Amino acid sequence: MRRPASFRRLSDLSIKVLSSLAALVGLAALAWILAVVLERGWNAINWEFFTALPTPPGVAGGGLSNAIVGTLFMTVLATAVGVPVGMMAGVYLAEFGRTTKLGSAVRFTVNMLMGVPSIIVGLFVYTFLVLPAGHFSGYAGAIALAVLMLPVVARTSEDMLGLVPNALRESALALGAPRWKATLGIVFRAAKTGLVTGVILAVARVAGETAPLLFTALNSPYWPSSLNQPTANLTVTIFNYAMSPYPDWQQAAWGASLLITAGVLVTTLTARFLVGEARRQ
Amino acid sequence: MFRGATALCAALFLVLALAFLEELVRNSSLSLGQFGAGFLTSRAWNPVTGEFGAARRVFGTVVPTAIAMLLAVTLRVVIALFLVELAPPILARVVGGGIELLAAVPSIIFGMWGLFVFAPFMAKHVQPALGDTLGFLPLFQGPPMGIGILTAGMILALMILPFVSAVMRDVFSMVPPIVKEAGFGMGSTTWEVTRKVTVRYGIRGVVGACFLGLGRAVGETMAVTFVIGNDHAISASLFSPGNSIASALANEFTEASEPLYLSALVELGLVLFGLTFLIQVLAQLWLRALRKQTGGGL
Amino acid sequence: MKTKISTRNLSFFYGDHQALADNNLDIAENRVTAIIGPSGCGKSTHIRVYNRIYELYRGQKATGEVLIDSRNVLSPDEDVIELRRRVGMIFQKPTPFPMSVFDNVAYGLKLHYRLSASELGDRVEAALRSAALWDEVSGKLSLPGLNLSGGQQQRLCIARAIAVEPEVLLMDEPTSAIDPVATAKIEDLIASLKERYTIVIVTHNMQQAARVSDFTAFFYQGEIVEFGPTKQIFTNPVKRQTEDYITGRFG
Repeated sequence: MRRPASFRRLSDLSIKVLSSLAALVGLAALAWILAVVLERGWNAINWEFFTALPTPPGVAGGGLSNAIVGTLFMTVLATAVGVPVGMMAGVYLAEFGRTTKLGSAVRFTVNMLMGVPSIIVGLFVYTFLVLPAGHFSGYAGAIALAVLMLPVVARTSEDMLGLVPNALRESALALGAPRWKATLGIVFRAAKTGLVTGVILAVARVAGETAPLLFTALNSPYWPSSLNQPTANLTVTIFNYAMSPYPDWQQAAWGASLLITAGVLVTTLTARFLVGEARRQ
Repeated sequence: MFRGATALCAALFLVLALAFLEELVRNSSLSLGQFGAGFLTSRAWNPVTGEFGAARRVFGTVVPTAIAMLLAVTLRVVIALFLVELAPPILARVVGGGIELLAAVPSIIFGMWGLFVFAPFMAKHVQPALGDTLGFLPLFQGPPMGIGILTAGMILALMILPFVSAVMRDVFSMVPPIVKEAGFGMGSTTWEVTRKVTVRYGIRGVVGACFLGLGRAVGETMAVTFVIGNDHAISASLFSPGNSIASALANEFTEASEPLYLSALVELGLVLFGLTFLIQVLAQLWLRALRKQTGGGL
Repeated sequence: MKTKISTRNLSFFYGDHQALADNNLDIAENRVTAIIGPSGCGKSTHIRVYNRIYELYRGQKATGEVLIDSRNVLSPDEDVIELRRRVGMIFQKPTPFPMSVFDNVAYGLKLHYRLSASELGDRVEAALRSAALWDEVSGKLSLPGLNLSGGQQQRLCIARAIAVEPEVLLMDEPTSAIDPVATAKIEDLIASLKERYTIVIVTHNMQQAARVSDFTAFFYQGEIVEFGPTKQIFTNPVKRQTEDYITGRFG
């Protein structure tokens, strides 16, 4: 009639052990990956890596300066396009669109777009920009990255702005401030940290993306003098070099991996740190 | 004025979504017209003869995703349990932060690690062991090459783990202590309270997190491309290589020369787009049904 | 009249802060004992030691003894799971689980017993009847527990607690979040329940203590100032402090 307590205790204990192990597995995986990237990438990093252009396989020397610059260009461009638009959309959703039909439609669309795989975004920009233009370009790559960023920025902006208490908005408006001043001035300032963090995280994520660039910016062994042609970038380089049979190219791929990982992790940790600081106030 | 400007930016999203649909459909029209609905079930994929079908790629997308979900869901719930109920606050923050850091690692890095380190590890240690003990199941037969569906599934699990682990942990800790006390007060063990009360209370967050992971796993490209092996057969063994829709696109897009080939690839993209859309819709429906069932909570 | 629970030299600490100092109290079997006192005096803290629910939180510690049927339940050998079956707890806010009415009441039954479906149904019905809730929910057993009104939810929690046949019911300000009409129903329920259970009720509502309880303990700043039959405490208190609290001179 009575269920034995010993059985229940045993399952409770085994779950507790299992959960500790699981957490350990998660951490161990992270440590393993980081260790591998550090170990294998370190050898490839030297002054030349940052300054020289790539050389054909087997030829000594060479670096990935063009790819580094290319990635930077495209990321900055994507940010310049994606962040303002995304944030404005977030403003609409949080300030004006709480109950409107447009608001709910857009909210649903943002959710949906956030789930679109990055390679489909690349595909879309390919058919939309590359095909009509007849050639690959860094601009297309930047646009692809921007499209990837848009829903993320919109969503986090909406969330962060939504956290600002209404009383604050009302006080600003009650003093006679026009709507745009109240929002951009007071509300933004209150949500500052959250907004900045959201943007930083979005940028970090996008900088490490490969798939959207595969058929938009492609890749190039040359210096990115103009963005209107295939543009070198770190992530597609890693893809190409890693899949190649040449050991020195694979080595370079690890170097690029280390660079990207370091960049992304440092940015992410900074953003997290900022949030922690703000919370402490 | 201001309001109009922001509304415009918001409406842009609607335009974007529609543009997506339009572009994908228009560019796959050739293939849509040629193969019709049979595209989804056909196993063919022959650029030379011009026969294309999505079945193999869908298989290669679904199976690793299923493996990933299976592994990740169990791990997630249990890790959230650890972080919220068991660990002292400092440890919980460190471990939680570490796992969330996994989310920041770009997928191509997972691919690199997967191809050069994890796959050989699987080939040398794990797969032979699985083959020896469970080799009577067709699931675990075949040469232990390291790359393949199983490895892809495992790496996927690792990649979606942090996204949903964070959400689950938040959900667990937002259950009001008084509700948990009511559970403990009845004489439940920690696991019983978690399973029957906490998870149910936050079930909407939990399900949402699961769907989030699912959506991400289905569309994941780079990590899968590196380790899935780029083969076209459908096989019963988890050790065999395969091809997901995303990896097929990544590998073959630049080679596609004829319009029909290209169109078929775009149609594959449309299928994937449709799949992620479906997942989104299912998620919303499920969440709505849950709200009716539990009547409240989170 | 037997003593069900006997507290000896109980002290309680939240970290370094001492919340209870040397409590000694005897709870009579099959009677209602009320614990009254101003906010923060340690009333809830005291009864939360009885079922060791405080152990969920780090840094909270109890010293001394709590004897239930002459056995110290604070000892490390004590089976806490069984203890919590025997000693049920009702909280300040109703805490129905996010499941149907039936499943709420069946929760404890499924934990501790192996019952057939019909046995389960019978015991759920019996518990709901004892909690004076059966007539109101008999047609709605599959609806979520959270759909009930506040007073009904609290009676649901009571049904859930008594389904596992406890010996003691601890009630921590059970009607503080309930409207007066529902409160009256619950107070009637308490009066009927004491035939089968030993009830300890913490309340900051003195009229309620006077209405429902047989014995009353007055707490102040973690100490038991006075304890005795309710009638005596309210009409003829011994200590000056008790009288001051009862007459509202502080509180």
